[in-house]
Parts: sequence; structure tokens; C-alpha cells
Amino acid sequence: MKFMELAIRNLKEMYRDLLSLGLTIVFPPALLLIFSPLARFGGIWAPTMLTPGIVLLGFAMITMSSAVILARDRESALLSRLLTAPLRANDFISAYSLPYIPVAIIQMGVVFAIGRLLGLEISGNAGLVFLVLFVMSLGFIGLGMLLGALFTEKQLGAMYTPVILLVVFGGAWVPLEVMGGVFQSIMNAFPFAHALDAARDIMVHGAGFSDIATDFYWVLGYTLVFFALGIFLFRRRMVE
Amino acid sequence: MTESTKGNRFAIQTFSLSRKFGDLVAVNSIDLSIREGELFSLLGPNGAGKTTAIKMLCCLLRPSSGTATIMGHDIQKDAIAVKKVIDISPQETAIAEHLNAWENLSLMGGIHGFAKEEVKKRSEELLEMIGLTKRAKEQVRKFSGGMKRRLSIAMALVSDPQVLFLDEPTLGLDPQSRRGIWEHIAELKGKKTILHTTHYLEEADALADRVAIIDEGKIVALGTPRELKDNISDMQVMVVKAKNLTPDAIEGLREIYPEVREVEDGVEIKAKEVNFSEVVDYLRPRGVVIESTSLKQVTLDDVFLHLTGKELRE
Repeated sequence: MKFMELAIRNLKEMYRDLLSLGLTIVFPPALLLIFSPLARFGGIWAPTMLTPGIVLLGFAMITMSSAVILARDRESALLSRLLTAPLRANDFISAYSLPYIPVAIIQMGVVFAIGRLLGLEISGNAGLVFLVLFVMSLGFIGLGMLLGALFTEKQLGAMYTPVILLVVFGGAWVPLEVMGGVFQSIMNAFPFAHALDAARDIMVHGAGFSDIATDFYWVLGYTLVFFALGIFLFRRRMVE
Repeated sequence: MTESTKGNRFAIQTFSLSRKFGDLVAVNSIDLSIREGELFSLLGPNGAGKTTAIKMLCCLLRPSSGTATIMGHDIQKDAIAVKKVIDISPQETAIAEHLNAWENLSLMGGIHGFAKEEVKKRSEELLEMIGLTKRAKEQVRKFSGGMKRRLSIAMALVSDPQVLFLDEPTLGLDPQSRRGIWEHIAELKGKKTILHTTHYLEEADALADRVAIIDEGKIVALGTPRELKDNISDMQVMVVKAKNLTPDAIEGLREIYPEVREVEDGVEIKAKEVNFSEVVDYLRPRGVVIESTSLKQVTLDDVFLHLTGKELRE
């Protein structure tokens, strides 16, 4: 379990960086509270509809923070130093992905707890909602590894906008039906809208697994692709 | 395993080690044999191939051809065995900025699989050695450049490696901090096998048991600093301090003495025999006011210039 030392360090790097801590833990619940007065308009602004969108936005923050940690380690040559330790590729991949899972779960728990206080209701199986969003969180973590292996810290600064736009316009609080046409098709090609549709269907309509299976497999498929690509790129960075 | 590594006589051996990046040959077929406990310096200008060579020896870069062994383990066939006996202080500071000094050292000990108690003991010793015991609990992003470098070297020592790679350990530091680092490196002499890269001549001169001068990926000379200097000991170096020394006058001097180097307020002329009156007779009619002339001892800088026709610049 030599990788645990590195995993713990990565976690410390995230919560000791005030910007990173703010964006991952404070920003998502704060945003939910800020939007709470709009609940009276109903629709996408109702806590039950809005909460999954905020959860996804929080995951996107984890993606960016974890990508920055990896990119910074590559650029500062800390990663080169670490790579001369007798660890296997899987140890490094675990250390740069596993520590963010508890962060995602805590974030999800806090956002749902606040959503509940604001009137969120889950008419379907709460475990199924957790499953969909958990698999989505793994996808975001895989995406973080992928971006961190590909881009520099400076380049990642410019990546925030497209990643967040994909989530926001992927249905987080702009209904896809409103955008319609080609835009809707493009957004449906990404996993974010599917994760939101699945979570909302369970929460609002009490949908079961068979009802959301297609959306779930979209999410699972993308998660596997993000992780596979992240691992592939990370391995390529290990010995050049 | 070769005959010579069987008895662990050599800690590092390279066999026509090469690395290309596209058309650029960064390291061109280098053959080195570094004895256990030796402090060996690779001296060369930026871009000479020093870091590329070290990265291959640390299993971070694949050789394009050739190979190397570290304590008898092949860098390509047995990377994990190599990684168990080496550590590196990279050219960049390479520390975790949001951890404190203590945590940085613990991280390195932990990923090398050392028990917590052992890491604690080693970290205490190392913090004492680099004079950071009192600041051990501060996040290192607040440290000065010199402190970060000292910590970087200490991080490479936590795992108690048999072979230590120090890539430009004093790059960008002020002279005082540089000398502080030299003292730490000097303390390790004989205890570890150290492969050290630098483009500071005085650093290689002060620290190394042996020096390999590397230029454009090739080893152009190898020996102790004394041997390298003795190779050109039949040469004289005349230092001429002068005013109004024009580029034309310097070029003209080069036609008489090919190795003329511009220095502050004058030139250095290197040749088998420098004729004082010839120099004066050439310069004076060209309006050059000679303030002083002297002969100086040969330095590694002169060796480098003699071998490559180029100067090492900081």
C-alpha cells in the first residue's frame, strides 16, 4: 500500500489549496443556496430538479482540481521524482484517482442534505440515484486524470469554461428541450445530460433501473472511456 | 551482467547509451563506468544532454539504443530493481508545495516502503543536516529557493539510495546558497555513488572525483579535474586587461592565437607559447591601452574551450 502515502498527499494538496477547497467543497452547496429563491418558479429551479445539476457541477470542480494537481506535479518534476520510486503504474493511477472518491461522496452528501432542507424529495430509490451519480463521479475523476496528463496548469485554466459549460448547458439548469435541435443532440452525445435525466427521473417520477438503463449505460460507458484514456495517457507519461 | 559489475565494482555503467528526439541526437553513444562511492560530474552547457542521460539512467526515458546498468541491474529489463537502489533530485525543485518539509520527507520514505519509525528517524537526521529542523512544520511554498533545493536533496536521501542522481543541484542559486549545497554534497562523498550534473565549472572542480565533459550529446573528455587540466598544462593562458579593445582587434588576435576568449575588461589568450611582445606590438598600434598582463592557471573552463571551441556560460 505504498501508494497510500501519495494518495493522502494528493488529498492534502486539494484541501490545503484554498481555491481548490473552495471550488470543490464550498462552491456547490453555496450555489444551491444562492439559487434557492428561484425555487418558486418551479421546473428546473425546483430543489429536486436543481440538486443533481449542482452535484455534477461539483464533480466538474473535482475534475479541474485533480487535473491541476497532476499537471503541476508533471511540470514541477515532482512526478519525475515520484516515478523513480519502485511503484507500479497501477499504484500511481490509484494515487491520482482514489483520493477524490471520498471528496465526491462528501460533496454529494452535503449538496443533497442542503437540497433536502430546501424541499428536495426522492420518490424513487435513493440508492439508485446514488449509483448513477457515483458512477458519474468516477467519470469526472477519470476525466481529471486525462486532462492532467494532457495539459499544463496554465492550459487547464482555460479548460474550466468548456467543462462547466458542458455541464450547465447539458441540462444542469438550462433544460435541453429549451435549446433543442442540433444543440440538444450534441449535449446528448455527452454523459452529463444522461446522468441528470436518470437522477431526475428516479427522484421526480420514481423511475426504476429498467427505465433509466439507457441513460445509465451512457454514463457507465463514458466513465470507462475516460478512465481507460486517463490510464493510457498516464502510462505514456511514465516512461517517455 | 558484465564481468566488471559482478563484483559491484561499478555502480553505474553505460553501454553506447543513446537517445534521439526526432532528428536531434540528445545523447550520442556514451560509455561510462562509475565506481561505487565515486562522485562523478557530467559537465556541459545547457542542452548538452546531461539531463537526458540522467533521465535514462533513472528509467524515466527509454534509450533509443544502447543500455546501462545500475548496481548490475539493467535499466530497460529491470526498472523496478533499479528504482530500489536509486533516487534523484531533479533539476526543477520538485517538491510538494502544500506539504511541509516534514511531510515531504515522509512522502518519499512512504512511497519507498519504509516503516514509519524509520522514516521519522531519517527525516529528523536529514532536517538537521540541511538546517531546516526549526521550519519543518511550515508549508514549503513559503521557503526560499535555497531552502527548497536543500529539501529537494534531502528528499532524495530519505530512501538511503546506493546511487544518487543530482541534476543541476545549484541551478539559479546565489553564490552563498550554492556553497551551502556544495557542503551538503561534500558530506555525502564516499558514502554514496553520486552522478551529478552541472554547467558550473567551479562546482565540478570543487566536488567531483572525476568529470566527464559532455557537449552535443557526446563525452569529449573524461578524467579527474587535475588530469583534465594537466592535459592542457603545456598551454599558457595570458590574461590581458585593456581599454579600447575593439572587436576588430580581438578578431586580429585570433588570427595569431586561435583560442582568444573575451573576459571582463580584456581577453584571455591560450596557446602553447604566448609571446608577450607580439601581443603588445599587435594591440598598441590599434589604439588599445594595455593596463596589465598576467599568466593564470589552467581551469576546467579552459579545458572545455580547448576541447569544444565553445565557452560554458552561466
